Amino acid sequence: MDVLMLSRLQFAFATFIHFIFVPLTLGLSILVAYMETKYVRTGDETYKKMAKFWGKLFLINFALGVVTGLTLEFQFGTNWSRYSMYVGDIFGSLLAIEATAAFFLESTFVAVWVFGWKKLSKTFHAVCIWIVAFAANLSALWIILANGFMQNPMGYVIRNGRAELDSFYAVITNGFAWSQYVHTVVGSYVLAGFFVMGVSAWHLLRKHNTDFFTKSFRIGLGFALVASLVVAIQGHTHGNEVARVQPAKLAAMESHWETGKNVPMYLLSIPDEKNEKNTVEAFGIPSMLSILAFNDPAAEVKGLKDFAPEDRPPVTLTFLSFRLMVGLGTLMILLTVWGFLKRKQLQDNPRYLQFMVWAIPAPYLALQAGWAVAEVGRQPWIVYGLMRTKDAVSPIATSQVAVSLAAFVVVYLLLASLDIYLLAKYARKVPA
Amino acid sequence: MDLGTIWFILWGVLWAVYFILDGFDLGLGTLLPFLAKTEDEKRIFYNAMGPFWDGNEVWLITAGGVTFAAFPTTYAVMFSGLYSALMLLLFSLIIRGVCFEFRSKVESPGWKKLWDTCLFIGSFAPALLLGVAFANIFKGIPIDQDHIFQGTLFTLLNPYGLAGGILFVLLFAHHGALWLAIKSEGGLRERAFAMAGKIWPIMAGWIVLFLVFSMFATNLFSNYLRWPLLLAILLIPVGGLVLTKVYAAKARAWAAWGASAAVIGGTALFGVMGIFPALLPSSLNPAFSMTIENSASSPLTLSIMLGVALVFVPVVIAYQIWNFRTFRHPVTKDDLDYEEAY
Repeated sequence: MDVLMLSRLQFAFATFIHFIFVPLTLGLSILVAYMETKYVRTGDETYKKMAKFWGKLFLINFALGVVTGLTLEFQFGTNWSRYSMYVGDIFGSLLAIEATAAFFLESTFVAVWVFGWKKLSKTFHAVCIWIVAFAANLSALWIILANGFMQNPMGYVIRNGRAELDSFYAVITNGFAWSQYVHTVVGSYVLAGFFVMGVSAWHLLRKHNTDFFTKSFRIGLGFALVASLVVAIQGHTHGNEVARVQPAKLAAMESHWETGKNVPMYLLSIPDEKNEKNTVEAFGIPSMLSILAFNDPAAEVKGLKDFAPEDRPPVTLTFLSFRLMVGLGTLMILLTVWGFLKRKQLQDNPRYLQFMVWAIPAPYLALQAGWAVAEVGRQPWIVYGLMRTKDAVSPIATSQVAVSLAAFVVVYLLLASLDIYLLAKYARKVPA
Repeated sequence: MDLGTIWFILWGVLWAVYFILDGFDLGLGTLLPFLAKTEDEKRIFYNAMGPFWDGNEVWLITAGGVTFAAFPTTYAVMFSGLYSALMLLLFSLIIRGVCFEFRSKVESPGWKKLWDTCLFIGSFAPALLLGVAFANIFKGIPIDQDHIFQGTLFTLLNPYGLAGGILFVLLFAHHGALWLAIKSEGGLRERAFAMAGKIWPIMAGWIVLFLVFSMFATNLFSNYLRWPLLLAILLIPVGGLVLTKVYAAKARAWAAWGASAAVIGGTALFGVMGIFPALLPSSLNPAFSMTIENSASSPLTLSIMLGVALVFVPVVIAYQIWNFRTFRHPVTKDDLDYEEAY
């Protein structure tokens, strides 16, 4: 285990844990804001109780999002100093803007929202949680613009031994980055919807406060139904972008080895990375991969063998992550459609409700799998085509990273477990 | 004035503002075991910080982010070089951050005690570590010609570094005590003023000691010897030091706290102006230091970032001031009964 491997593991671990909590923040903030707005407009106290009930879960979750987020800003410097020196001119600015424009807004107004129920007017108090929702989703934009630069660098020029900003406009209008952004936030909305549905379903199965939880379920349902369809359709267009600018990643996502036209997609593939082939390729849909990648059955899709081995990402991991994400995404569409059809008789469908309780982890897994595709699939590059991950690590002692990694694993798993315990505890409470 | 210098000043100001703001909640957390005797009093501590602590902490994220954006090479060298110290700082802030949300969620004395301990450690340790880190930055750290830090965590725990650590702990504890005086009533408020009064002479003495120590251990005074007019900056911390005692004696909590802010901000600015134009002086050889010149971003980045800062920072300050004004009143028993209180 060298500094590079330990730093990779540390960054991956820290980011995965952070991303357990972030998507719920992005989506649930909007749902809570919607609930509180309904209260303000109708005066119906049920909606106020909903805003407080789901808001409490939001806050428990938010706390872990904040503390795990601190780590990430530190980590670019601590473990990836060479990367920071090389692209800081561009990357650093995006992070600084994230803090200045979004984090301040989010953290200030979430506190105002918590403490201001009695101090502020009903309307202004509701505005506060909308501000939080806006700021959270805005912060996601800036960090993904930064990640987008890593995936598809543009607006730069190589000068003074580093990448220097050439066009800020190009950097912030990076189509690939925006496509990633939409995909990530809409995916987060699916997660928030499933969270609300799953918790509501748990209560509906036990006949707790059925009016409250039916209303909640339907809000989550509407949100998740639209989001799960949009994320799939938009995911397709995002896939087109990947095919265009990151052909090696696309090839890895499908474990596609031989360049060709009219490339089929195999519903069952088992990669054999070492031997540069798939041991199993079954249930092929003719030309499907060409269509998915380029919307053209005759399109040529580059195979992994077109790339030198040192330029290929880890195939098995990328491939499995992608399939997991798509599989879960499809499942979630089916579950939301089923829910939509049964929305007026939820309590008469205990089997569906039980599935929805079990389905809570599904979007969590899907989102993590998606990021695994994005980041593992980008390897060996830390900045696609410009800098390799192995050249980006800090020149520091292995022992330091070994210790910090161990500390992260222990502390994060402990805090995450406590947070999930508290989420479960408060999710189970029946509102008066 | 060139962009690099403008950003150097903004960088210094950001760190000063961070210390002024997070300083009071780190200080308050440090005082928890000493001043809070009952469960209600402990809750007052948490609720005194509740509306503010996260917004305060974002100034750290911004200071770090600006270091990255404006001086990326310094950011890289500083964060990788001071790896262990920064990791300790990070973990301390992480365990502090969860206390607010977690503590009230389980009705068990053991649970509450756990988070009280975490709040204390998560407040005391960052104060100490930030002081150690900045003292070492003032002093210079052993970075070589390849900008690689030739030392360990223990290199930073030298006498001057530790003196800086103790300085920050004292400054923040004093600052936190005055914040408690603002946000409490009755007996607790009196004890808060009394604590500030007890810390003051130690803090004042330590500031003098630290300044004298700086004359021998660092090159901080060389800029001031060249341009003696710059010494006027010392009027801020010194003036603040005097005024904070005067106002505290009159039980004028906000004024005393404001003066305390001047002490902290003034001390930070004094240090930053002292190292100019270096951001990270090298104790091995001044030629190896991280300076504006060898670590700044491109002029294009600096000018865009300046535009962003000029637009957003005043807006941030405006709504944060509004936040402080909205929640300026002392935490009362009614506030503790409020459903959402910590």
